Amino acid sequence: MAAERDPPPPGDAGQARFGEAEDGEDLFVVLCSPASLPAEDISANSNGPKLVDSFLDDDPDDLFAEATEEVSLDSPEREPILSDGPSPAITPIMAPRIDSTLFDQALEEEEDNGDTFDICISVSDPEKVGDGMNAYMAYKVTTKTSLSVFSQNELSVRRRFSDFLGLHSKLASKYMHSGYIVPPAPEKSIVGMTKVKVGKEDSSSTEFVEKRRSALERYLMRTVKHPVMLKDPNVLQFLESSELPRAVSTQALSGAGILRMVNKAADAVNKMTIKMNESDAWFEEKQQQFENLDAQFRKLHASVESLVCHRKELSLNTASFAKSAAMLGNSEDHTALSRALSQLAEMEEKMEQLHMDQAYADFYLFAELLGDYVRLLTAVKGVFDQRMKTWSKWQDAQLMLQRKREAEAKLQYANKPDKLQQAKDEIKEWEGKVQQGERDFEQISKTIRKELGRFEKERVKDFKSVIIKYLESLVQTQQQLIKYWEAFLPEAKAIA
Amino acid sequence: MNRSGKTADTMEGSGLTISASSIKVNEATLDEDTLVFSITSQKLSNGMGVCVCRTYEDFEWLQQSLFAPDEPDLHGVIFPPLPAKLIMSPQSQINNKTLKQLGFLALGDCCRTYCEALELYLQQVALHPILSKNKALETLLTNTESPGKQRAKKGIFNRLSQVMEEKRKESHKDVDDFFQNERDNNSNMTALTKVTTERFLDVVLAEQRLSVASKHLSSSIQLWVNQEDSANAAFSKICLKTSKVFETIKRNFEKTAENNISTLGLGLDLQSRYQEAEKEMLFRRTCKLVELEAANKNTERAKANKKGIMEEVRNVLEKQFDGMSSMARQEVGRFHQSRVALLRTALVSWCEQQLNTATEIAALYSEHLEACQKLPEE
Repeated sequence: MAAERDPPPPGDAGQARFGEAEDGEDLFVVLCSPASLPAEDISANSNGPKLVDSFLDDDPDDLFAEATEEVSLDSPEREPILSDGPSPAITPIMAPRIDSTLFDQALEEEEDNGDTFDICISVSDPEKVGDGMNAYMAYKVTTKTSLSVFSQNELSVRRRFSDFLGLHSKLASKYMHSGYIVPPAPEKSIVGMTKVKVGKEDSSSTEFVEKRRSALERYLMRTVKHPVMLKDPNVLQFLESSELPRAVSTQALSGAGILRMVNKAADAVNKMTIKMNESDAWFEEKQQQFENLDAQFRKLHASVESLVCHRKELSLNTASFAKSAAMLGNSEDHTALSRALSQLAEMEEKMEQLHMDQAYADFYLFAELLGDYVRLLTAVKGVFDQRMKTWSKWQDAQLMLQRKREAEAKLQYANKPDKLQQAKDEIKEWEGKVQQGERDFEQISKTIRKELGRFEKERVKDFKSVIIKYLESLVQTQQQLIKYWEAFLPEAKAIA
Repeated sequence: MNRSGKTADTMEGSGLTISASSIKVNEATLDEDTLVFSITSQKLSNGMGVCVCRTYEDFEWLQQSLFAPDEPDLHGVIFPPLPAKLIMSPQSQINNKTLKQLGFLALGDCCRTYCEALELYLQQVALHPILSKNKALETLLTNTESPGKQRAKKGIFNRLSQVMEEKRKESHKDVDDFFQNERDNNSNMTALTKVTTERFLDVVLAEQRLSVASKHLSSSIQLWVNQEDSANAAFSKICLKTSKVFETIKRNFEKTAENNISTLGLGLDLQSRYQEAEKEMLFRRTCKLVELEAANKNTERAKANKKGIMEEVRNVLEKQFDGMSSMARQEVGRFHQSRVALLRTALVSWCEQQLNTATEIAALYSEHLEACQKLPEE
C-alpha cells in the first residue's frame, strides 16, 4: 500500500495542471470596500492585458474605467512584467503602485501591539458537494478572534478549494510586486481530486482530503499572521462573507491560465536579460542563503517522506505478524501458552496502530512543514526577483531620460521651437519617472528587509512548535508502549 | 533443555564429565573463509575450564556421530536440531540467500545469534538422557584435536521426507491414536510456527530499515548545521536538537530490533527447527510402520517354506518398531515440556528487555522535550 504522495513542489500551482472542473464564466471580481477601511489606493491589477504603456494613476476611478470584461489576467505566482522598454511580443501588464505609507503603518501597528495577535482559524468538516466530475469538496472555515477588524468574535463560512486559490491570487497580484512575501496556496492535485469526485471511498482519498484540509488551515493561519494581509479586504471577505464569487481563473486552461504560462515564459527571458548591479551586499548574501536553505529543505523533505514510508511498512508487517501469532495461539494445546500467544497477538495489533499513528505524525508535522517551506522559499525568491525588476525599471527610466536629453540637445540647433518645447516637457516627465523609480526601488528594498526579518522569526517559531509537537507525540507513544509491555509480562510469566 | 538448568546439570551415569550449563560458544572468528568457534566449558569434578576451537564441520561430525544405525531404539529419539551452515561473505555482510536460509540466525552483531544457537544445540545434546552418554560430545568439547577431520558417517539426516516417493509415507495412517494425533498436530504447528517466524523476521527487518533511515536523517541535519554559516542562530539550535531527536529514534529501533532478535526471534527459530526434528522422528517411525505392515503382508502371503523366514523378519521389525515407539513416546513428552519452557523463557526475556528499552527511550524523549521547550525563539 503506497501512500498517496504529491510530487515535490518545485514552485507554486502555476504549473500546467488541471484544476477542478468548474463551469460558469464568473468574472474575477476584485473587491474594494472603501467604506470599511481607510482610503487606500489599493489597486487590483487583475484586469485585461493592456497595450497602453502608462502607469496607473492613483485615482481609483480610473482603475475601474479601465476594467474590461474579458476573463481577467491574474498573475498570482508569476511576477507581472514591469519592464517598460523593449520587451518581447508580450503585452506588458500594469504595475500598480501601492501607496507604501499605509503599509508601513500597518507593520508599525503590529510592532506596537506586540503580542495582541489573537486569531485562530480552523478548517474542518470536508463535505462532498455534487456528483461526478462537477463535484467538489467544501470545507468549513471557522475564525475565532478578538480583533476589532472583524465583525464578530466567531465566524464560520463554507469555502471550496478554488476559493482559497482565488484569495491567494488576489493577494499575490496585489502585494508581491511591492516585496511582500505572500504565503503560497496549497497545491492542486488532479489525481487526488479525481478520486474524491469519482467517489472512491478508500483510505488514500481520505488521506488526501485530510492532507488538503490541514494544508488549507496552515495556509490561512500563515496569511493572517502577516500584519498587512490580515487587514486586506479580500482576506476579511474570505473569512466573513457567506457568499463568495467563484474564482474561475484559477483553472489551468482558462484564458488566465494560458496567460500565466505565457508570462512564465516571458519571465524566464527577462531574468536572463536583466543583470543587476547589486550595491547592497546584504541582498546578495540573503539570496545565496536562501538558495542553500531551499536545497536543504528539499533534501530533508525527501528523507522524511522515506521515513514515513518505512514506518507504514513496519505497521503492515506488525499486523501480519499479529495475525499469525493469533493463529498459532489458537492451535496451541498448552493452555497457558495458548493464552499468552493470543495476548501477544492482541498487543501487536495495538502496536500496529501506534506505528501508524506515529507515521501520520511524521508526515503531518515534518513532511508537510518542509513542503510548506519549500513553497514559501519560492515566494521569497519571487520578491527578490521583483526587486530586480523594480531596479531594472528605474534603470530603463534613466536611459530614457538620457535619450530625451540627447534629443533635446540636438533640437537646440534645429529651428523648431515647438518640438523643442515638447522635448523639454518630455525631459521633465522622465525626470519624474526616474525619481519615482528610485523611490520605488528604495521602498521595495526596505519592505523586503522587513519581510525577511519577519520570515526568519516565523521560521524559528514554526520549526520550534513542530519539533515540540513531534516530541509530545513520541513521548505519548512511548508511554502507551510501556503500558502494553507491562500488561503482557504477567501473561508471559504465567506460562507454567 | 531448560537454559536456567533447573534440574541437575548431568544425568546419572551420563558419562559426560562436563557441566551442561557451563557450555558456552563465545565467539566466531573468520579464518580465511572458515568460521572458527571458540567453545568453553567446565569439568564437573573440579570446575576446571576447557577451551576448544571448532569449525562447523566438527558440529556436523557430532550430529552424525550421535546416530547409530544399529541401535533401532535410537530412531525414536528427537535429535536436537543443528542449525544450517553459516556462509560469511568477505565483508561480513549478510546476503539475501543466507537470510532466507538461516532467518534470525543470520542477524545480530558478529554472528552473536548464530553462536547462541550453536550453544543451545550443544546444551540440548548434553542434557539429553541418552545422547549425552555418547562419547562424541565429550570429544568435541575437550579434545585438543579437531574431530571433524575424521570421515563423518553418513547418517539418517538426509531429509528423507523430501524424496518424492517417501512423501507418500508421510500421510500413512497410524495404528496408534496417540501418534496419529501427534503427527497431525505437529504438521499443523510446524507450518504455523514457520510462518510466524518469517513474519516476525519481516518486522525486525523493517525496524532495521527505520533505524538506518533515522540515522541518515539525523546525520544530514547535523551536517547541514555544521556547514551553514548560522545566519539564524536560533534556527540552527532547533536543527541540532532535531538531529539529536532522530538519533534517539534510531537508537530506539536499533535496540528494539536487537531485543527482538536475541529473545523471541531466537526462540521462535529454535521452536521451528525443533518441530521439524520431531517431524523427522515421527516420519522415521511411520516408515518403520510401513515396513512392518509390508512384512506382515508378506508373512501372510508367504508359502509354507518361506513362511518361517518371513516371520523372523517380521518379528525383528516388530521388535524394532515397538522399541522405537516406546522411545518416541517418552521423547514426545519430553519435547512438549521443553518447548513450552523454551518459549516461556523467550517470551519473558523478550518482554523484560523491550520494557527496559521502552522505559529508557521514554526518558530520553522527555529530556529532549524539556530541552526543546527551553529553546530560544530569537
